[in-house]
Amino acid sequence: MERPLTKNIRPDGKPLFIKEYESLGGYQSVKKALAMQPKEIQELVKKSNLKGRGGAGFNTGLKWSFVPMQGEFEHKYLVANGDEMEPGTFKDRLLIEGNPHQLIEGMIGTAFAIQADEGYIFIRGEYTYAAEVVAKALAEAYEAGYLGNNILKTGYKFNLHLHTSVGRYICGEETALLNSLEGKRANPRAKPPFPQVSGLFGQPTIVNNIETLCNIPHIINNGAEWFNGLSLTPGDGGTKIFGASGKVKKPGLWELPFGVTLRELLEEHAGGMRDGLKFKGCLPGGASTDFLVEQHLDIRMDYASVAAAGSRLGTGTMIVLDDKTCPVGMVLNLEHFFAQESCGFCTPCREGLPWTEKILQKIENGKGEMKDLDILQFHTKFMGPGNTFCALAPGAMAPLQSALKYFREDFELHIKEHKCSWK
Amino acid sequence: MLTAEEIHEIKEEFHLYPYKQAACIEALKVVQKHRRWVSDENVKDLAELLEMSADEIDSVATFYNLIYRRPVGKYVILLCDSVSCYIMGLETVLQHLERTLGIKYGETTADDRFTMLPVPCLGTCDHAPAMIVGKDLYRDLTPEKIDEILNSYK
Amino acid sequence: MAKIKINGKELEVDPNKNLLEASISAGFDVPYFCWHPKLGSIGSCRQCAVVKYRDENDKVGRVVMSCMEPASEGSIISTEAPQAKEFRANVIEALMTNHPHDCPVCDEGGECHLQDMTVMSGHTNRRFEFEKRTHNNQYLGPFINHEMNRCIQCYRCVRYYRDYAGGDDLNVFSSRNRVYFGRASEGVLESEFSGNLVEVCPTGVFTDKTLKKHHTRKWDLTTAPSICVHCSVGCNTIAGERYGTVRRIYSRYNEQVNGYFLCDRGRFGYEFVNSDQRITKYIIPGSTEGVSKSAAFDFISKSIKGKKVIGVGSPRASLETNFALKQFVGSENFSVGLSKRDYQLAKLAVDTLINGSVKSPSLKDVEKSESVFVLGEDVTQTAPMLALAIRQAIKNLVKPKADKAGIPQWNDAPVREIIQSAHGPLHIAAPVATRLDDVATTTYFSAPENIARLGYAVAHFINTKLVLPSGLTDEVKTLAEKIANDLLSSDKPLIVSGVHCKSSEVIKAASDVATALKSAGKSVSLSYTFEESNSVGVTMLDGKPLEELFDEAKSSKAGVLVIVENDLYRRLGKEKIDAYLSQFEQIIVLDHNETETTAKATVVLPVGTFSEADGTFINQEGRAQRFYQVFVPETDTPESWRRIAELGNATEKPFIENSFFDFTSSVANSLPQFKGIANIAPPPDFKVLGQKVARESIRYSGRTAMKANINIHELKPVNDIDSALSFTMEGYHGEAPSALTTSYWSPGWNSAQAINKYQIEVGGALHGGDPGLRLIEPTVDKESYFQTIPEAFKISAKGLTTVPVYRIFGSEELSTKSPAIIERSGNAFIGLHPADAKRAELKNDDKLEISIGGQLATVNVIIMNELAEGLAGVSAGYKGVNPEMSEVTFKK
Ligand SMILES: Cc1cc2nc3c(=O)[nH]c(=O)nc-3n(C[C@H](O)[C@H](O)[C@H](O)COP(=O)(O)O)c2cc1C
Ligand code: SF4
Ligand code: FES
Repeated sequence: MERPLTKNIRPDGKPLFIKEYESLGGYQSVKKALAMQPKEIQELVKKSNLKGRGGAGFNTGLKWSFVPMQGEFEHKYLVANGDEMEPGTFKDRLLIEGNPHQLIEGMIGTAFAIQADEGYIFIRGEYTYAAEVVAKALAEAYEAGYLGNNILKTGYKFNLHLHTSVGRYICGEETALLNSLEGKRANPRAKPPFPQVSGLFGQPTIVNNIETLCNIPHIINNGAEWFNGLSLTPGDGGTKIFGASGKVKKPGLWELPFGVTLRELLEEHAGGMRDGLKFKGCLPGGASTDFLVEQHLDIRMDYASVAAAGSRLGTGTMIVLDDKTCPVGMVLNLEHFFAQESCGFCTPCREGLPWTEKILQKIENGKGEMKDLDILQFHTKFMGPGNTFCALAPGAMAPLQSALKYFREDFELHIKEHKCSWK
Repeated sequence: MLTAEEIHEIKEEFHLYPYKQAACIEALKVVQKHRRWVSDENVKDLAELLEMSADEIDSVATFYNLIYRRPVGKYVILLCDSVSCYIMGLETVLQHLERTLGIKYGETTADDRFTMLPVPCLGTCDHAPAMIVGKDLYRDLTPEKIDEILNSYK
Repeated sequence: MAKIKINGKELEVDPNKNLLEASISAGFDVPYFCWHPKLGSIGSCRQCAVVKYRDENDKVGRVVMSCMEPASEGSIISTEAPQAKEFRANVIEALMTNHPHDCPVCDEGGECHLQDMTVMSGHTNRRFEFEKRTHNNQYLGPFINHEMNRCIQCYRCVRYYRDYAGGDDLNVFSSRNRVYFGRASEGVLESEFSGNLVEVCPTGVFTDKTLKKHHTRKWDLTTAPSICVHCSVGCNTIAGERYGTVRRIYSRYNEQVNGYFLCDRGRFGYEFVNSDQRITKYIIPGSTEGVSKSAAFDFISKSIKGKKVIGVGSPRASLETNFALKQFVGSENFSVGLSKRDYQLAKLAVDTLINGSVKSPSLKDVEKSESVFVLGEDVTQTAPMLALAIRQAIKNLVKPKADKAGIPQWNDAPVREIIQSAHGPLHIAAPVATRLDDVATTTYFSAPENIARLGYAVAHFINTKLVLPSGLTDEVKTLAEKIANDLLSSDKPLIVSGVHCKSSEVIKAASDVATALKSAGKSVSLSYTFEESNSVGVTMLDGKPLEELFDEAKSSKAGVLVIVENDLYRRLGKEKIDAYLSQFEQIIVLDHNETETTAKATVVLPVGTFSEADGTFINQEGRAQRFYQVFVPETDTPESWRRIAELGNATEKPFIENSFFDFTSSVANSLPQFKGIANIAPPPDFKVLGQKVARESIRYSGRTAMKANINIHELKPVNDIDSALSFTMEGYHGEAPSALTTSYWSPGWNSAQAINKYQIEVGGALHGGDPGLRLIEPTVDKESYFQTIPEAFKISAKGLTTVPVYRIFGSEELSTKSPAIIERSGNAFIGLHPADAKRAELKNDDKLEISIGGQLATVNVIIMNELAEGLAGVSAGYKGVNPEMSEVTFKK
């Protein structure tokens, strides 16, 4: 089984710097890409069926193709989204810290494909080590001529900068991220216009997830067919970094083909539940995905299958709930997070999430009433897709709505017993 | 008054952006790096340097979690309060920190050494519970480990 | 035009609008908060949800925000679909979770957009049962009260204040459900347009502090359409009274003039009406306590008999008043009430507009301009709303950038993003720094002579047949060339100048620039500012300047002087006026507030302010606009024109006219320049459904009780013989002709947002057209140039040369009798160039006694970096400062 993304990452996670990276075949794709036509690379990536690893799963090559290639622009931008604040998600950290040049190499190929001349790597503020690693790698890449005003003497210009954020989950939302990069409050922007047309500083911009970008060198080097072949699922190209946290025996990250089953992930890779605990459910791709429960263990981990099971693949890093952890408490923790991280721009999210949190707190405290469940149910609709300005609030409703569906007795138990029986 | 060093560092950031106002967040970070937190006076000084109004700077500063507009201790403890850490025993860790330091979230120890704040998921969920002290990440926390860690910060 | 369907109704709409605008224009009630016709859409409040269908076969549809969807061809929406209605009710419910429900004590109550939308959305039951989050409020100065707990976070305030009005000291802080709208720290809101927050805020966060002091509900106010008296722009207002005091000024929509907004002087300057310096008594010699009206008139008729009477009118009095006085004293004995210099300036500007070939723009035209050149004015201080319009105008050239990217203009944030901070050219040449400098492309600060020379140079570079002033520095030449090129590169350049730097050359140079642009084929406009609300009217009426009238009076031995609504000490130096006044046996002054002039009068007759009077003003554009009496005062303070008629009737010159309509008709009929002004509003006998239009709302309360202390029987209402309005709640309450709008109200719409219902389409013209009549249109097509280039400014050996410096709060006479404005006015000042200050060993805030033409005044020193050496910027209109503004000298 091939693991292009992680094969060169050291077991201890210590970063790979340029010499070593080059000796392992690094930066080959840059030479190759610069000899291609930008549109050709876009086509290649489109055919590779690489889908955005930031959570939405949109075809990456297709997304790039919306960037205008004609016309006068002051700049075109490429931004790597390394905000990674989705609870339960820790895959981008590994890729940045373990192999920074893979990211930079992917960004150069991407930038060339859309003819971007400026780029930013946006890293969340708490990832101080990752930022140090990237800063060093960037300096090396400039030094080696992979970045700058005349890359590998081809005349192509791409300057890439590091930007470290100062906290807030909403910065991960690509348009909010752009506002943040402009030194503004990170409120999301209206779409349309999409960033491809008017993004950073009003210029055409592509925002891609770190993992998405790390795939680019391999696609350029090995082709679309190879990439599609990595996956067990037709239509979802490549591998995915899956992960698990919670009370499993071996929490961690694994690069696996799309289409592995949830059971395989849980039982083989994560080593199963800790002794004495039973699997109750999991959020398959971070905090803003719906719970999957026992009946779903045999579904395949790819975009379509997880969606068919009523959830989303999201970031592919699952949070496992065991039978000794209170599901109401877990959902309360999640909604507290979302309420805290709402940007405060649109009404349903700003007002609805704190209300949701208060009700959950009330239930968890043993003060809940049956009607509270109706209000919670109402909120899941009220903050549903399309009703809010961005996807934060609908994401926040995913675990709640599925918890109400699968763990309803547990909620009712709190209400009936006037206490949390897990405490 | 901003120090010459701060001004220099802030100006270094200008060239990363098409106009200097875009470096507003970087500028706040620089000030905070030197002073732990950003005071009203710092906001005014930054406003002058960046040719913005104080309101504009503060509007940005108050939006973000990691810009402190009130004094903090020498080391800020950012305790992850998100879901994986919750499952893995956040409650115990928090209680231990509260008891040992005698402070709650948002408070600073009497000796001005630590300020404790909650922080969303630190992205190290396979090693929950986790926290950051100063710039350092600590994982797989237990009460014993916490004592050891705190003792190493003087 | 696009064909769309709303609630099954087929409509043809402008595809450049959004579906919210289209729905409201079509008469459907869709609730909204964050959208505003002048601010566009941002989609934050989620209140305007409707259901949109893919096509005719789609029966399910999906909820969309109508403000964020283009009204594109084939759109099908329902504003009434259950999903949409339910969602809208839920949005209100969510907003209400933190709203304090303090309507009974909230100043906004009864005209609250949030109340209206709550009722409209049908949310009634509260399910939220937790503690509400609370905020601390801030002190924001004397104009605006702050109550943050009422905030529904629609972001309109910051968008209006910052993005629209260019302010930078109001913002949003923090995030999530703690977002806070206010200042970084407590303090006075600095924008000159802060008062519009009162109307822009959909609830009671920002309310009118002056109204708060004597609070009255909207429905309890007696209101009438009025015109602002505080500058020459003539913004349309609605003035509201209760218990004999005016309690607030609200903006009255006029697409051509002020649109939705007002400046703070116009909104908060009204309290001179309620001042304790109001003249309420008839004063004759020997009576300080006042006498009866008949005693006063007996005295007058005796003392006037056989004497020559001369009269001084006023640029702050209505056209009818000035006309009546002119009739009364005869043309040869009538002064317009301005000094020779000021009259010449005003006349020059008016004549230039009348005889020139360039159009004077309405504010709406100004907003549509593409490049701007301002000569000699700090417009924000002298014609504030013109400045706000200029702020909008400079966005026009960059807006097409959004079109190219396919972003509709109403989609506010993306339009801003793509434009960034770019804007079209705005060039400012002024004696001192101006409040538009922050958006200026170039600024040039120098003496008026040099501003004129720059102007002529610009004219030269537009049309090289015109003379290039000699002796210009290369720098000025380059600047002039740049300005010329910028103006030429747009189709709609705008030239702004005015009387405020007291230089005829500046006015002429501005005209030459405009004319040159006209001959270059541009649709150029030329906007002059004037000092007062009716400066243009009195100038068009014609008369003598003060000096001429008084000098002639000396030789003709006139014995009686009648002064109407004019404080002569604001026109000429004190010594001069003292001497002039000393020659008369009787000085009869008609005014509403005590002034230095009324102090010198032998006879004082009380008259009404704008709120107790009907009249016509002509604004700087040349637009005749009608204002109406708001209420019947308890004391006898009729309009000045009526008072003059009484004077006439008490002497040998009886007036035939008695009603306002008679007066205004005789102005219109006897003077061709005022043709048509009688018809700018419906005549007094006009009725809708057999009724006059009511000044009071249907819900007016306390009527039978409010005067019970005088008479327990309800007093007989006064019949308004002057207008088509009734003084009471009896009358028509629906939408009247636009000139007669006493308030905006429509079923379900109690707030200012009801204006939507009065417009042909939202944000557009009022039904039946916007009120007012333009009296000045360019008739000639021939170019004529002045080309009278002055010498460059030379530093005077005698002392510093003064240039008047205007302050929006402080320079204008009437508003400075209002407490809130006084709080903002500060002391009289002298601005000095740093070098001049250094030489005199003066620093900021030093107190200094200055002498202008021998008249002493105590002023504060302000170092002004932009001021040219040799000039002194002296606060114009401040107490004690010689209005003649010649050389200034001082001793440390
Ligand atoms: C509230 C919110 C938070 C998000 N956070 C992240 C994030 O931390 N990292 C990320 O790559 N994408 C995040 N996304 C998704 C981005 O908006 C965007 O879709 C993604 O960066 C695009 O990259 P991709 O096409 O490579 O997936 C977030 C989206 C939302 C709505
Ligand atoms: S859903 Fe609304 S309030 Fe929430 S984060 Fe998105 S824009 Fe902000
Ligand atoms: S008016 Fe449409 S979202 Fe606010």
